[in-house]
Amino acid sequence: MNALEVKNLTKTFEVGKTLFTKGQGVKAVRGMSFDVRDGETLGIVGESGCGKSTLARMLVGLLPPSEGDIQIEGKVQDKANPREFGQMIQYVFQDPISSLNPRKTIRQIIETPLKRLHGMGKAERSKRISEIFASVNLREEFLDRYPHEFSGGQAQRIGIARALAAAARILILDEPVSALDVSVQAQVLNLLAELKKEFGLTYLFISHDLAVVEAVSDRVMVLYFGAIVEVGPADAIFKHAKHPYTKLLADSAPVVGRALEAPKQKADELPDPLNPPKGCPFAKRCIYATDICETTDPALIEMGEDHFAACHNPIKG
Amino acid sequence: MIQFLKLLFRNRLAGLGAVVLTFILLLALLTPILPLPDPDITATGDRFMPPFSDGHLLGTDHLGRDLLSRLMWGTRLSLAVGAAAALIAAFIGSTIGIVAGFLSGRTDNVIMRLVDMLMAFPYILLALAIVAALGPGLINALIAVAAVNIPFFARNIRGVTVGLANKEFVDAARLSGMSNIQIILSEILPNVLPVIVIAMSTTVGWMILETAGLSFLGLGSQPPQADLGSMLGEARAALITSPHTSIVPGIMIFLIVMSINLLGDGVRDAIDPRLKSGALSRPLPATIVERKETPPVASDDLLALQDLRTEFHVGDRTYKAVGGVSLKVNKGECLGIIGESGSGKSVTALSVMGLVASPPGKIVGGAVSFQGNDLVGASYDELRALRGDRVAYIFQDPLSTLHPLYKVGDQLIEAMQAHRRMPQKEARARAIELLDSVRIPNAARRVDNYPHEMSGGMRQRVSIAMALANEPDVIIADEPTTALDVTVQAQILSLLDDLRRERDLAIVFITHDFGVVAQLCDRVAVMYAGRIVEEGPTAAILDDPQHPYTKRLMACVPELGGGKRELHAIAGLPPAVDRLPQGCAFAPRCEFAQDVCRQGEIKLEPNGDRAVRCLFPDKVSQTEVTS
Ligand SMILES: Nc1ncnc2c1ncn2[C@@H]1O[C@H](COP(=O)(O)OP(=O)(O)OP(=O)(O)O)[C@@H](O)[C@H]1O
Ligand code: SF4
Ligand code: SF4
Ligand SMILES: [Mg+2]
Repeated sequence: MNALEVKNLTKTFEVGKTLFTKGQGVKAVRGMSFDVRDGETLGIVGESGCGKSTLARMLVGLLPPSEGDIQIEGKVQDKANPREFGQMIQYVFQDPISSLNPRKTIRQIIETPLKRLHGMGKAERSKRISEIFASVNLREEFLDRYPHEFSGGQAQRIGIARALAAAARILILDEPVSALDVSVQAQVLNLLAELKKEFGLTYLFISHDLAVVEAVSDRVMVLYFGAIVEVGPADAIFKHAKHPYTKLLADSAPVVGRALEAPKQKADELPDPLNPPKGCPFAKRCIYATDICETTDPALIEMGEDHFAACHNPIKG
Repeated sequence: MIQFLKLLFRNRLAGLGAVVLTFILLLALLTPILPLPDPDITATGDRFMPPFSDGHLLGTDHLGRDLLSRLMWGTRLSLAVGAAAALIAAFIGSTIGIVAGFLSGRTDNVIMRLVDMLMAFPYILLALAIVAALGPGLINALIAVAAVNIPFFARNIRGVTVGLANKEFVDAARLSGMSNIQIILSEILPNVLPVIVIAMSTTVGWMILETAGLSFLGLGSQPPQADLGSMLGEARAALITSPHTSIVPGIMIFLIVMSINLLGDGVRDAIDPRLKSGALSRPLPATIVERKETPPVASDDLLALQDLRTEFHVGDRTYKAVGGVSLKVNKGECLGIIGESGSGKSVTALSVMGLVASPPGKIVGGAVSFQGNDLVGASYDELRALRGDRVAYIFQDPLSTLHPLYKVGDQLIEAMQAHRRMPQKEARARAIELLDSVRIPNAARRVDNYPHEMSGGMRQRVSIAMALANEPDVIIADEPTTALDVTVQAQILSLLDDLRRERDLAIVFITHDFGVVAQLCDRVAVMYAGRIVEEGPTAAILDDPQHPYTKRLMACVPELGGGKRELHAIAGLPPAVDRLPQGCAFAPRCEFAQDVCRQGEIKLEPNGDRAVRCLFPDKVSQTEVTS
């Protein structure tokens, strides 16, 4: 069974709306369809503003979609209700400190989902908190302290503990380590891997760091301008990219032993969301572009084993 | 709390306000039990008795009533009414502000437009209109004063709430199953409460004044009841003949309003978190220098740091942010500094030009030699002449160098004209040329853009153009690509690399990314807890790291193309630089640590063209990273 099935998910924001005039629609997510398999880690990469967080917020019910369906563990979710979603799918935020209320103790923070989502009594709660704290390697004496007393890595463990307390089996990790120092990053990534094994979790791992995504994911999905441009197995997608944008990303990542040279692209400007192009949104930057790219937006089609891309002129090999 | 009081009383005026106000409050509280004559008993025979008359310490008014007694009771009433008005205004205004800010969207829009309309009326006119509609009387005056102050609270609190409502912890609370009401009460309210208290402490004084104003006009307290405003109003007719009847309540109003406002300002400042870090005053234009030993002899390298030490003194703690760093860079060279946050990379960079905020920062030892001159001992004028001219900076956030309200072209022109005279036309042509050289497409048009009209990558290119404006000899780049997307990062890095080859620039490049260092830098220095632990040619260090920290740090970061795998984390955290352990700072996290590592100073031992601060580099070099 699939943990998550998403069909034609779309989000249009209205910008420039005032009390009396209607705003202009900006499509932040343009019709995404994909599945997340039970127990896998699906990596999601893309440039800033490509719709990663908007997608994630719809998946947890924090933002109502403009169009499309979300099915979580076989159940269709037709209304964005974080309370209902919260028991099945949880969110771990990018900025660990600002995701914790500065005026609450850690115990109060972790207790909330146990109380509100699962209606647990006091004794049961404190037993569960001990278990969760042990599994994220935090000492129980931390429970009565306030968030500002913790380092980024510790705070991120607390954020993970809160997500575990909700007992959701799917976790959306939105840049969970990018605010952390490299030596601490690895600690948190390893912890996430252990928890996944222990509790049979499914992850959606959002990051702009290709190397991290490759290291933790089974499959990777590449987004560009609010749409999926390529999705495939983690060990193949960057090595044998089909989509020119994925190749551009892979070639741009700084790698020890590779000469410094900005990979070729025609221009570097992103399309204007207020005035989206008719054809492929990557056409202005793409060195493989042909006439058809200017007029027709390519569909996502299978191009290898479990490997899909949306391109008229996919890269061979 | 004790710390709060300390901060509060450090501000003398606020302390004075607190003392005066406490005294007045005490008197007001004690009024009913003091042996005062009835304030409302008239004795027309004793009209206008001067102060210090028998039985009437402050004299009497036009109806022969005891002024002292009227003053005390009047003060009591005025304070109570002012405080009540402030509470009501704060409660209603904050509720409106929280609801509008939290719900946002249409509700917010409608509510705030209404509030704006209220605010557009002149203050006192609105209050008069309300009293006119309700009829005169103290309670109605109270309502009017509260009502005209509601918009102030609504606006302020809404602003704070909007910021909070978009915080991630509010989303997290939603996902934890809390309802909107629960979120407002337990997530938002505790965080806005301090703001409400500050807003009240700064407005209650004015509200007392406003109620007094209405009473003065005869719209507030009705005779014979005394409040400070009505006392003034009644004394008006005898202003010339018996001035003491006006002066007495006048002084009291002055004392109350002044003391409340002084205290309110003090409270606001004491709660301001920036003060707690010890930065009471504006930072000085250049970092304070307090060197005890004689500085080392200047070297003949282009730029050399020699045993540089920079500390922060906060309270009774000393943070040794830079604990003796030596580095050098020459023309056309690129030196990388790598390390985690808090390792002292940025403070090292800022110390070069005396840009470390002072207080609390201080350079306590060593030297920075630039073209043979010591910059640490240099005067502010000398530093200013070099800043941006010979040595330029690029920071992580381009907005920290670009002013949001000026066109980028004008900012470039200003940067050039700050150091040499140049006709406007020539400067503009040069600005376009600079934008072109950092590969901004269509530079002639972009020169008239404001920073917000550009993407993050383009803004960073503009700040590189700013750094290049005066053709400096050295560029110090502090994580200039960390906030950028990989595709943009690749362009900026290759741009910097070309620039140093074309112009023979020296670059000091601070980063936490080994990939970046490998591609751009000739030499690299690894910092840990304020010191360099390993230094040498990039290729040699990446091939064969000899300090355990370097080695483990490299193993922490995944590299593209390695497939799915487990990473080798470093257990524990870096030490706090105000409590450095004896001996090697890395010892608590080091798998090779021996007893000798924890004793005495460990030197940065040179070995050919590299150096390492570890007692067992050979062992490190021969061991594979596991676990
Ligand atoms: N509330 C909103 N109103 C209008 N536009 C929005 C809103 N939220 C997001 N957008 C726009 O939607 C697009 C996608 O934003 P999103 O936050 O999902 O990007 P992202 O991929 O998460 O980026 P990052 O890597 O910077 O976090 C952007 O163009 C953004 O400006
Ligand atoms: S569809 Fe055309 S423009 Fe778009 S990525 Fe493929 S080749 Fe490039
Ligand atoms: S000196 Fe000792 S503790 Fe420090 S890094 Fe070397 S082996 Fe480890
Ligand atoms: Mg995001």
